[in-house]
Amino acid sequence: METFLTYLYVFLVGGFVCMLGQILVIKTSLTSARILVSFVLLGVILEATTLYDYIYSFAKSGISVPIIGFGASLAKGAILASKTKGVLGVFTGGLEATAGGITAAVIFAFVFALIFKAKTKKS
Amino acid sequence: MDYTKRNIKYNEYVNSKIPKTRSWPSLFYAFIVGGLICMIGQGIGDGIRAIWPDLAGNAVSNYVSIILIFIASFLTGIGVYDRIGAFAGAGSIVPITGFSNSITSPAMDFKNEGIIFGLCVKMFSIAGPVIVIGVLSSAIVGLIYLFL
Repeated sequence: METFLTYLYVFLVGGFVCMLGQILVIKTSLTSARILVSFVLLGVILEATTLYDYIYSFAKSGISVPIIGFGASLAKGAILASKTKGVLGVFTGGLEATAGGITAAVIFAFVFALIFKAKTKKS
Repeated sequence: MDYTKRNIKYNEYVNSKIPKTRSWPSLFYAFIVGGLICMIGQGIGDGIRAIWPDLAGNAVSNYVSIILIFIASFLTGIGVYDRIGAFAGAGSIVPITGFSNSITSPAMDFKNEGIIFGLCVKMFSIAGPVIVIGVLSSAIVGLIYLFL
């Protein structure tokens, strides 16, 4: 029952975040780059105001899988490292926390771009 | 006809030609697809936790991101992710899979212009600003917390 509730919250919160993005697409015709940028910024702000941890306590992957989670772990890394390493932490913390995701994205993008050919889009 | 008048007419023409996204169905699809991707992420995380119970929570969420990025990159390669994106809209952009797609997709499209100047340069044409803004704002937040 508990796992069912968790997955329900994951679905509802994750879907709601994506729906917010879709509302932005419809109302302002923002490009996908601008949407990604604004959600990363939102994640950084949510983490800085500790609201992210509150949402994560019940929504789990519903808030960490959207790009908001990427922004939040950037900010979390920078905050934690600034506490332990001082000024150096401000520079190293953010990317240290997200290095796995960025490196994975670069490696897989490089490999799959070499393997596969771009298909001509059918309009 | 003076320029301003012509520009107004031209803009009206352009606006009439821009494909309109139909609001309600696209909101629904974005909700469903986005929610499903997040549930897949939760499922992968729970699976990892079940197999390796001693892993720290931080490591688990890192693995989940990496696996989701791998899946999205592969689906972009075989052309499936674009088909999902065609009806899901932001439901396929906002999750971390959309970030992966935004790196793989231009890398594939510009491969013909060479490995360095095509693939490697264009790879970050969408993800670049995301990383720049993310790093910049998180460093500012870190700096603020340094003085708190």
